[in-house]
Amino acid sequence: MSDVGEHAFIDLAGITKRYAGVTALDGVDFTVQPGEAVCLAGENGSGKSTLIKIISGVEKLTEGRIRIGGKDRPVLNPRISAAAGVMVIFQDFSLFPNLSVYENIAFATQLSAHRRLYERDKAREIAREALDRIGVKIDLDVRVESLPVAHKQLVAICRALASQAKLIIMDEPTTALTEKEVRRLLGIIRRLKEDGVAVIFVSHKLAEVLEVSEKVVVLRNGKKVAEGPASEFDTQSLAYHMTGREMPETPPSAVPAGAKTLMRVDNLAKQGSFADINFELNAGEVLGITGLLGSGRTSLAKALFGLVAPDRGSIQVDGRDVATGDPIAACYAGIGYVPEDRLTEGLFLSQSIVRNVAIGRLDKHSGSGGFLKASAMIEEAAGWLKRLKVKAPDIDAPVQSLSGGNQQRVVLARWLSRAPRVLILNGPSVGVDVGSKADIHSIIRDLSAEGIGVIVISDDLPELLATSHRILVMRDGRVTDEVAGNSVTEEELAHRLAS
Amino acid sequence: MTVQGQKMSFTRSPEFRLLIIACAVFVFMSLLSPDRFLSGQNLTSMAFQFPEFAILALAMTITMMTGGIDLSVVGVANLSAVVAALILTQLAGPEMATGPSLIWLGFAVAAALCIGAAAGLVNGSLVAFFGLPPILATLGSGLVFTGLAIAMTGGSAVMGFPATVAWIGNESLLGVPVPLILFGLLALGLHLLLTKTAFGLRVTMYGANPLAALYAAVNINRVLLKVYVIAGMLASSAGLVIMSRANSAKADYGSSYLLLAVLIAVLGGVNPYGGYGRVIGVVLAVLSMQFLSSGLNMLQVSNFARELIWGVLLIFVMVINSNAIGRGFFARAKPTKSS
Repeated sequence: MSDVGEHAFIDLAGITKRYAGVTALDGVDFTVQPGEAVCLAGENGSGKSTLIKIISGVEKLTEGRIRIGGKDRPVLNPRISAAAGVMVIFQDFSLFPNLSVYENIAFATQLSAHRRLYERDKAREIAREALDRIGVKIDLDVRVESLPVAHKQLVAICRALASQAKLIIMDEPTTALTEKEVRRLLGIIRRLKEDGVAVIFVSHKLAEVLEVSEKVVVLRNGKKVAEGPASEFDTQSLAYHMTGREMPETPPSAVPAGAKTLMRVDNLAKQGSFADINFELNAGEVLGITGLLGSGRTSLAKALFGLVAPDRGSIQVDGRDVATGDPIAACYAGIGYVPEDRLTEGLFLSQSIVRNVAIGRLDKHSGSGGFLKASAMIEEAAGWLKRLKVKAPDIDAPVQSLSGGNQQRVVLARWLSRAPRVLILNGPSVGVDVGSKADIHSIIRDLSAEGIGVIVISDDLPELLATSHRILVMRDGRVTDEVAGNSVTEEELAHRLAS
Repeated sequence: MTVQGQKMSFTRSPEFRLLIIACAVFVFMSLLSPDRFLSGQNLTSMAFQFPEFAILALAMTITMMTGGIDLSVVGVANLSAVVAALILTQLAGPEMATGPSLIWLGFAVAAALCIGAAAGLVNGSLVAFFGLPPILATLGSGLVFTGLAIAMTGGSAVMGFPATVAWIGNESLLGVPVPLILFGLLALGLHLLLTKTAFGLRVTMYGANPLAALYAAVNINRVLLKVYVIAGMLASSAGLVIMSRANSAKADYGSSYLLLAVLIAVLGGVNPYGGYGRVIGVVLAVLSMQFLSSGLNMLQVSNFARELIWGVLLIFVMVINSNAIGRGFFARAKPTKSS
């Protein structure tokens, strides 16, 4: 072990990190050799982001030892880490959209050179060298915002290389890429490895990058649960280690024949987001909508609930037109929406759990003069919290004290108490633990059994397959494919998504 | 079980801290100058003085609950007072008998409240429909309201009211000053509105997270319009009290009250980022400020020094609050994800 550690570029031993009582990482050992590609796998909340933050110096560890580039680093901050050659490429790439390609690539290098004057020619030269290293041609003077996603990623890689990166950490590198773009990325990774640059892929979908990786490390609930050569892992074994259970979830039972149409969407379009969206949703049906990042799935979800005003097209519920671009009209038509980002869009974090549910039912419980019938309102909210098995010792406690899975159930309870006809769930299990995820899926199945139409929008393919009767695949704002949930495997669906 | 926001025992609440502060300031001032501060005359004069800016602080409170602010309160108060004063001088006049003058007073009060509501509608529209930051929208509209008042009066004071007008600001009912009764009723009303009604809960929730309110299908535009209309009407009530006490109306009365109203709301524990605020806290803050102000008066501290003290106090209180409940604030400003 120590022998390996001698030459390792990154050598972490017994890393433990606690946040206010929550153990995010628990005694994790982790090494990366120069020129090695490592897959760091784990579900949301498994601690992989925390591990990356520790390596890049953003978070301080509670216990453990860090060696980077053969030196002990008792004190680590982002500057020291970057100077040692650790570069992180976040999912959003953190580029300056209004600057040109070469300015973005050379920016950090020029800053760290501590020259007072900006040298344009030098900057272009740095950028060209970096692009040559990965064998890619991109116009140096184009503004970054006008580039496609895959090119933005390449610019980010070049920026890291220009700063003498010895280790590039890539967060969810393939979520926005088509299959062809993924193959090009893999080619570039191979070149980098030959150059002695190490790579860490952080993702919950790693099948694509397994082939260029030497090693796989799987985290679950802050502990390292598996480590080994990449050749010993496949999609199934990764899923097993990440979730801790063999889990073909029960697929949904068939929609009853002759179910009537609940929702009808005709020719919905919004310039720059989505176009020609047509579908029907039957009572008791679960419709999955998926697509890569930027495929328009979230804009569509928001448009269905009136948060985005479409340019044209119509939405009907129960045969009646719903005014578009107005969430209140959508809500009164019986549409509910559980947003993607619980923390900023879904919850009133500082407010009590019971209030977070009751906000959906104020009209029902306000009597004469707008005065609330508080006890009835609280009783109803508490009833829903109980039905959805929210584990809360005290429903007057702020909702931020709950875990991700319970928080998601609070948002669900708010909508279910309104007895919606159609419930739209955008990323229903993002950031919730494995157990809660299965529970949320079973709630979705129960809802459809009660005759509610459910739309699940997600990029989590196993989730869609476990819940949906039908799946719409979106690309570049259009529905490109429609498949029956029980007729495809995950691989086929992934292929249709990214081909 | 209650619907009262954050759960905490009373002794740990910000309101309890304020109670201690109010008592401490009172005792301190009493010790400094027992015969003057504790005299019946001083206590009565305090009870007549504070309601006007206390009512402005109530207006500030409800807008701050949404994470906004209303810097036009003094402008609205003066514009309403000027309109009421013009009605009372042009149509009633000082010679009028009590009976008919009461009718004109009622009419003037109604007109003032309408002006307040209209001004609030303007502010609310700027914030809700045009999405302007409340601090800038109301800074601008406040200047417009003041400008209108100047245009109507030529900048000079309007005076010569029927004798009944003075009643609002200067008489006592069963030994309690009328302005104080007015403030008590408005504070109680606002308290009930914020804690017992659906509207109040929407205001609090909107303040806690406007985006989540939108996603929860709360009609946020209607909430904002109502909030600024209520603030405008409270401001015009304060304007009427000022008018009655001064027995005149002028476009630039009470200019020092703006900072004071903001200070009281913040001192009263209202979260300037929205989502938390209790009327009882504001009432206690009003008392503390009045004790302090009277005390400084008796110690013959100059008016300029007093403004300086208010400014320092405002910043000091906000710094203290940001440490005490800071985590809550920053968690909302930039949610930290732990994974």
